[in-house]
Amino acid sequence: MKIVVLMKQTFDTEAKITLDSQGKINRQGVNLIINPYDEFAVEEALRIKEKHGGEVALVSVGGDSVQEALRQALAMGADRAVLINPEMEEVDEFTTATILAKAVSGLEYDLILGGWRAIDDGSAQVAGRVAEILDLPVVNQVTKIEIEAGKAVATRDIEGGSEVVEVPLPAVLTAQKGLNEPRYPTMKGIMQAKKKPMEKKNLADLGLSDDQVAPKVKVLEYFLPKPRAAGKILEGEVPEAVAALVKALREEAKVI
Amino acid sequence: MAKGIWVYAEVRDNKIKKVTYEILSAGRKFADQLGEELCAVLVGKGVAELAPGLGAYGADKVYVIEGDRLENYTTDGYTKVVADLLKTYQPSAFLLGCTIRGRDLAAQVAQRLNTGLLTDCTDIALEDGQLVFTRPIYAGKAFIRACCPEARPVMATIRPNVLPVAAPQEGKTAEVVPVSADPGDLRQVIREVVRQVSTRPELTEADIIVSGGRGMKGPENFKILEELADVLGAAVGASRAAVDAGWAPHSMQVGQTGKTVSPTIYIACGISGAIQHLAGMGSSKCIVAINKDPEANIFKVATYGIVADLFQAVPVLTEEFKKLLASS
Repeated sequence: MKIVVLMKQTFDTEAKITLDSQGKINRQGVNLIINPYDEFAVEEALRIKEKHGGEVALVSVGGDSVQEALRQALAMGADRAVLINPEMEEVDEFTTATILAKAVSGLEYDLILGGWRAIDDGSAQVAGRVAEILDLPVVNQVTKIEIEAGKAVATRDIEGGSEVVEVPLPAVLTAQKGLNEPRYPTMKGIMQAKKKPMEKKNLADLGLSDDQVAPKVKVLEYFLPKPRAAGKILEGEVPEAVAALVKALREEAKVI
Repeated sequence: MAKGIWVYAEVRDNKIKKVTYEILSAGRKFADQLGEELCAVLVGKGVAELAPGLGAYGADKVYVIEGDRLENYTTDGYTKVVADLLKTYQPSAFLLGCTIRGRDLAAQVAQRLNTGLLTDCTDIALEDGQLVFTRPIYAGKAFIRACCPEARPVMATIRPNVLPVAAPQEGKTAEVVPVSADPGDLRQVIREVVRQVSTRPELTEADIIVSGGRGMKGPENFKILEELADVLGAAVGASRAAVDAGWAPHSMQVGQTGKTVSPTIYIACGISGAIQHLAGMGSSKCIVAINKDPEANIFKVATYGIVADLFQAVPVLTEEFKKLLASS
């Protein structure tokens, strides 16, 4: 079973977001992690490999800093990594998906896994676009995967429940929280990861031109939400405070 | 030239979802300003009877695609029939609700049409003849305003509960246009659907959410939140701490690695207010915090706070709401 995992490096969930002097997201001094949903995908790939044999390759788009995230996933047990740096000022999901699909098409694969969304831009469309470009079936937000002969059986979240969906392989499945609990790399894993292959490519190496990956979407402005003003603490013993709360919700906030 | 604002009319349990009305209400304004039609796309089996009613919410036309193989949503089937229709009519915009299905469908259709997609938008504006979308990044720690300058249709998914629904125009019905379409090869085979028996609303669409955190101390204690929720017709949520402790399923998690919600009232019980949680619920209209720690971060964003043990305060609150709602 050859498994490809689409991976993204993101800011830590505890990161505070600020804007730089250009009005863009300030990346200075922010702790970087593997996108948590992609980490579920890496873990699942490793479990499938442990059960069915095979290889786990990681593919990511980004700059040099992403090597750190890839090394961490290699330390968890992935076999090799491909990092594509598009060296572009602005990218969108179309750009990223086009690059990922091209890179994946140069690899052998039976299964492609990724997080259902990234916690930074949260757009939840890159994996789906990759599936579309490669003409593969997709199942999003999966919390369980079983591999059977030539197919995957995935349990996915739907509104008010879940659904068990069967797709022929190769397919693209995206991980939802609940799929698994990712492992920590062992010291041995960390040492081995240093020797595992990490290919670095640019657009030309993939045979892509800037035009082919030009973003469709244009960002006009980044802004921070207005900080919420702290409201009122309702004083007193529980019965008084609660009565005051209900009164305030009805008469002041008029929300009930 | 591409013309027409199109809206995906999402159906669940034989009813049009509220987010569809929210988008149609916004779409009507833009269609009028641009002098374009507002059209809806309705897909499924036995859904045609829902089509004329979309007129009351502003739709001029409703394209109805019905078929036995469209009874269940499959990514392949719905993508094909919707993308084929859009290729034929070439609207200028195609908007969907940011629901699990809306997101799934939008990504596939956008790529098939080679266009841009902005997801989870919280506002839309028309600027110099172009639709400009506001959407959160970092789960609402920041926002962008963005557009799709050239590719058409511009596509977007709109977060439920943020755009107002205009008062329905009684008596106005939409022109219904049946479309015959081939869903093609369906590679996703649905083996089983498991419905959680819940009378509570969907977390992301709920008007009121009662949420519990580490202060709940154990899964059995969520019962007191459920009792409060049921009095209010609310959904029940949980913080990452509560989910990671195994006290609540991940589907209930609110925050940067869970759901982003914008209810009218968010009642946070025993939730400290970690930055990743605040990101997921910070756009709630009114936040109520109940926490025994007066220094808890949640009080910095709460509209109303009560410093008390939630196990004392929540049952009293449930009773107070019961009284209030019985008297009104």
